[in-house]
Order: sequence, then structure tokens, then C-alpha cells
Amino acid sequence: MRLLIIEDDRESADYLVKAFREVGHIADLAGDGEEGLSIADSGDYDVLVVDRMLPKRDGLSLIGALRDKGNRTPVLILSALGQVDDRIKGLRAGGDDYLPKPYSFAELLARVEVLSRRHGGPAEETTYRVGDLELDRLSHRVARGKDELTLQPREFRLLEYLMKHAGQVVTRTMLLENVWDYHFDPQTNVIDVHISRLRSKIDKGFERPLLHTIRGAGYMIRDGLR
Amino acid sequence: MTAFGKLIRTTAFRLTLVYLLLFALFAASLLAYFAWNTRRLITEQISTTVSAEISEITDIYTRRGLRGLVFTVENRALRPGANLYLVTTPTGQMIAGNVGSLAPGVMGSSGWSETFYRRFGDPRDENHRALVYVTQLESGFRLLIGRDLEERRRMFGIVAKAAQWSMLVVIVLGIAGGIFVARRVLHRIDAMTGTTRRIMAGDLSGRLPVGRSGDELDRLAESLNAMLERIEALMTGLKEVSDNIAHDLKTPLTRLRNRAEEALAKSRSEVEYRSALERTIDESDGLIRTFNALLMIARAESGQARGDMVDFDAADVAVGIHELYEPLAEDDGMALQVKTASAPLHGNRELISQALANLVENAIKYGKPVAVPLDADVASTAREILIEARQDGGHVLLSVTDHGSGIPEADRKHAIERFVRLEASRTLPGSGLGLSLASAVATLHGGALTLGDAHPGLTATLVLPASADAGARLAAQTQDMPQKAA
Repeated sequence: MRLLIIEDDRESADYLVKAFREVGHIADLAGDGEEGLSIADSGDYDVLVVDRMLPKRDGLSLIGALRDKGNRTPVLILSALGQVDDRIKGLRAGGDDYLPKPYSFAELLARVEVLSRRHGGPAEETTYRVGDLELDRLSHRVARGKDELTLQPREFRLLEYLMKHAGQVVTRTMLLENVWDYHFDPQTNVIDVHISRLRSKIDKGFERPLLHTIRGAGYMIRDGLR
Repeated sequence: MTAFGKLIRTTAFRLTLVYLLLFALFAASLLAYFAWNTRRLITEQISTTVSAEISEITDIYTRRGLRGLVFTVENRALRPGANLYLVTTPTGQMIAGNVGSLAPGVMGSSGWSETFYRRFGDPRDENHRALVYVTQLESGFRLLIGRDLEERRRMFGIVAKAAQWSMLVVIVLGIAGGIFVARRVLHRIDAMTGTTRRIMAGDLSGRLPVGRSGDELDRLAESLNAMLERIEALMTGLKEVSDNIAHDLKTPLTRLRNRAEEALAKSRSEVEYRSALERTIDESDGLIRTFNALLMIARAESGQARGDMVDFDAADVAVGIHELYEPLAEDDGMALQVKTASAPLHGNRELISQALANLVENAIKYGKPVAVPLDADVASTAREILIEARQDGGHVLLSVTDHGSGIPEADRKHAIERFVRLEASRTLPGSGLGLSLASAVATLHGGALTLGDAHPGLTATLVLPASADAGARLAAQTQDMPQKAA
């Protein structure tokens, strides 16, 4: 995956470039809004990571300029402003995801990977399959092997989201945002409990577990070890 | 600006001038009306008298001839304060009467006219005005009878004088009154300005003087004082926050630093380093959460989140939060229940959801029964947490009830303040911001967070103003929905 990081704080920019390269991505760097705009426009990137407050041209206007030129590269906005309406403003300006600072690298990585997949991925399928687990989005049926599984509506949506991003790390806040549509940060491990309930339904009694906990990051559904 | 300049620039003074002009016009028109009517009355009176005398004397002439006429006229002309009489021959020679001279042509025309005249034998060389009637007798002799208009002129003079004086009095009193009122107003405004300057200089405890008359300035001062009260409360809140931040954020920061230092100081195995680092990250996550909560409270309290207000049903929020927390409560050995009735609201759905989530988290954390009773029935209700949404008159109530130890009445007000963690809960994790965030959210929506007794336990209720409009709009939306589905 080719990434462009547009961030004016040298230290965090270097940290991000290094961290992305360590997990096998190609990451370029731009130090201000104007430079970011010209590099983003000329290069072929899978995802742009844009700081909201940049010298010369701020993040939102950079995104607006890119979109005006017809550039549809997914953009993740990083911002010290983490409130709900700032988030909405960022998404309205053409951003695809919004992550308030301070963030963990695991969270950023998970979101960037989901964004890049969305951009290049296939059209939405009606059936998701992971190993012998099958989810039919139209009839709302879930089966593992020959066993039909009974899920609550919310458990279904949770599994649907995980399976849509099968093989990718999905963080707790991503789940809270996409499955429950809440953008606040619960003080407790409320998501973990939902996951463990889901896990008991889809993995309990089967030899190969499919729903994995990724330490320090979140969860991932996949068949066997990658 | 000079003091006088300031005075005449006041609204009060300008208004007075306008009123002054209006009153002067009124007085002038009143006097004009009076003068005109008086004049008409006097003229009428004179003409009646003169007409009567004309017919009387014409009658005498008819009965007693020229001699009788001359005799009567001469006789009457000599009385003090007499009318004007003049009898002339057809050639214009004066035979009898008391008129010395007349404006030319008066004797030639019959009927009423106003003329200048001079009394016969009057040594003063001045003309008077008179209203006269001239009639021709049968033989060609002409008779003039008239009355001096001096009376009318004097009357008119009196009215004119009255007009002058009343104008003078109106103007003097008006300006004096204007200055008096303007000074009074200016004095009070100056007092207000002075206080405002003091407040701007930093003394937030200053308040505007409020008089006892309850007039518009008093009401303005009261509103401004209420505003100052709010500003002072906000400033005090801000100061408390910074004090509390200093205390409650520095403590975990210190812990964080100590932990890192300790890990560095002793050489350890990789596993030990790893666990030390993980604890450090956990600690910093906790700090970030506290920080976010603080920002959210500040935002809600300053009213900035008003932009995202939408119509929604509090019942949906209650069901959503119940759905999110039910498994967590169950894992903790609690039973989370929900009971809802439609309660339309206009507000920030995200913030209200978060406020309710905080109340539920508190109930799960602190709402455990103090001692588990042996009786199984009692035990099952004691472990119950109830989320309730309903409308009560003009309010929407979103409440969370647990059956734990509750909060003693004396501590309830205190419990809502930032960072307050009651003694009993100090050992449990948490930032101590949950209730104050819920309270700030309620205040933002024009409501309040109330804490009550659930005998035993705590009922925390978000009391929010209901929105009838939101109810109507929501009903319209749900009516549309089946059509869309079809």
C-alpha cells in the first residue's frame, strides 16, 4: 500500500513513516498543505493521511482542492479537534475517516487498511464467507458448516462488519462507530463483552476459532493463521 | 465631550425636546382656537347690538322724522362709552353723530364694513377700528351705526400675551425637565458604565446598581447582573477545572513517569519491559479519556454543541444504550432492564446518549447491592438496573435506577461536581467525570441532572425540556416511512 502522510510536526511524521514502513507499506511525507497537495495530486496513492491543521494550506481546504480536481483517493483526517461536530465537518469536507489525536498507531493502521481496501475492493457482496462461516446479508442467515446460527440483530451487524473486513484488524472504536453509530468513548470494555458473546455463538464447539483478538489493537475475523 | 454636551446627547433629553415641540404646538393650536372663537363671538355680539339699534333708530325716523332721528342720535352719542353714530345728508354733509372722520368711501356703501375712524372732538391723533353698519334712509339721508373694536383688540392682546407666556413656561419647564431627566438617566448610566469598567478590569464580583422603581433601566441592570452571575460562575468553574486538572491529571502523569523511570533504572527481562510499557500505555489511555471528557464538559457547558440539535425520541436512546450495555451488566452479575414510553426531544443525540451511558456505567460500577440477602426474590430485584424514558408534562425524563448503596442526600450536590469521587468509590477505577458530564449535557439542553433515593439505591434522572414540535415532526417522519418501504 502506498501512503502519503501530510503532517507538519516533524517528529510524529517521522514516527508514522517509520511505523508504516515497518509493517510493509510505502509511506511518503509532505510537511505542509501546498506541498501535500502537489505530491498527492501527482502521485498514485492508496490512502492520504492528512493533519487538519497545516501551514500554508489547512487540511480541509487541501481535501476540498483534491476533490475538486476529481481526485478520489481515500483520506483519513488526523486532528487535535476530536468533537462530534469537528468530525462531521471533516467528513463533509471530503474526508473518508476522522481520527482524533492522540491516537494509537494500531488504530490508525487498522483504519488506513480498511480505507485502502474500500477504495480498490470489489463491489459489495451479498454473501460473506470466512472458512466455513457464511453470512447472507439479504436473508440475514448465518451458518457455520452445517449448523444454522441464531444471532440477535446487533450481533448480526457486528459479525457483518467484521466479515466485511475479514483479514483486517478492526478496532473497538471502529466497531462502536460503525455498528452502533456512537462516537463517544465508553469508559468500560463494553465492546469486548459483545465480542465475547458473538464469539461464544460462532466459535464455541468448533475446532478452528475464526474470531481473533489482536492484542493492543482490536479484533479480526479470519480463517486460520495468516 | 463636555458634561453639557453629554447631557444634550442623551436619549432622554432628545425625547424631551420632541415632547416639548409637541406640547408647544398643542398649546399654540389651543390658544389659536380660543382666540378665533372669542373674536367671532365678540364680532357677533357687536353686530347683534348694532343691528338692533339700526332697526330701532330707523323706526324712530319713520315715526318722528328727521328731527326725532337727529335728537335721538345726538342724545345717544353723548352717553359715556357710546356706540358710533353718524347721520349725513344725501350730499354727504354730517348732520349729527359722534364720528369725526372715516375712511373714505365707507358712507357710500351700504351694509357691514370694518373701518378706521376718529371720534368727533377727540384730541388724540389716532385712528381706531370699528365695525359699522351703513343704511340709506327713505329721503336719501344715510345713517351709520357702529361699535369700536378696541374690546376685541384687547381681548386678542390678552390671548397673544397668554400665548407668549405659556410658550415661555412650556419651553423653560420642558428644558429644565429634560435636563433633570437626562441627568438622572445619565447618572445611572454612568454608574453602570463605571461598574462595567471595573468588571472589565477583572473584578468579576462587581454588580450593577438596581433601583427600586422597577423601570426599564432596573430591568436591564437585573438582566446584566444575571449575565454577570453566569459569567462569574463560568469563570469560577474554569478556575476550578484548571485547579482540578493540575491535581487530577498530574497524579496519573507522575505515576506514568515513575513507571517509565523504574523500568529504565532496573535491567529486566523483555517480558518485564513489555508489561511495564503496556501499563504505561493503559495509563496514558486513561489520561486521554479524562482529557476528552473534560473537553466535552467544557464544550457542553459553554453551549458550543448547540449546533447539532436534531429531533429524536428519548425512548430510542434508552433502548440503544440498554442494548449496548446489557451484556456488560450481565457479565457483572447485574440485570439491565429498560422501560420506555415515547418522549420526543430536540437536542444533541450523541451527547444525550453519552450522558445516559455514563449513568448506566455508574450504576453498573457502584449499584451493586451492599450485602446479598438470603432471600432469592429480593436478591434478584436488588441486582436490577432500570433505564427508563418517559414524558412527564413538559419534561422528558431519562433515568437510571440501581439498588446499590446510593448517595447520601448531603453528598448528592457535591457528587455532580467535576472529579469528585465520593470516599466510598475511591477504590474503583474511573475519572470521576461521568456525573458532571451528564449534568453539563442536561444544562446545555435547558434541563438538569437530579439524584434521588431509590430505597435503597440511586435514581439519576436527566430532566430535559420536552419538545412538542419535535414530537409532531417525528410523527410526520414515521408516517412517511411505510410509504418509502412500499
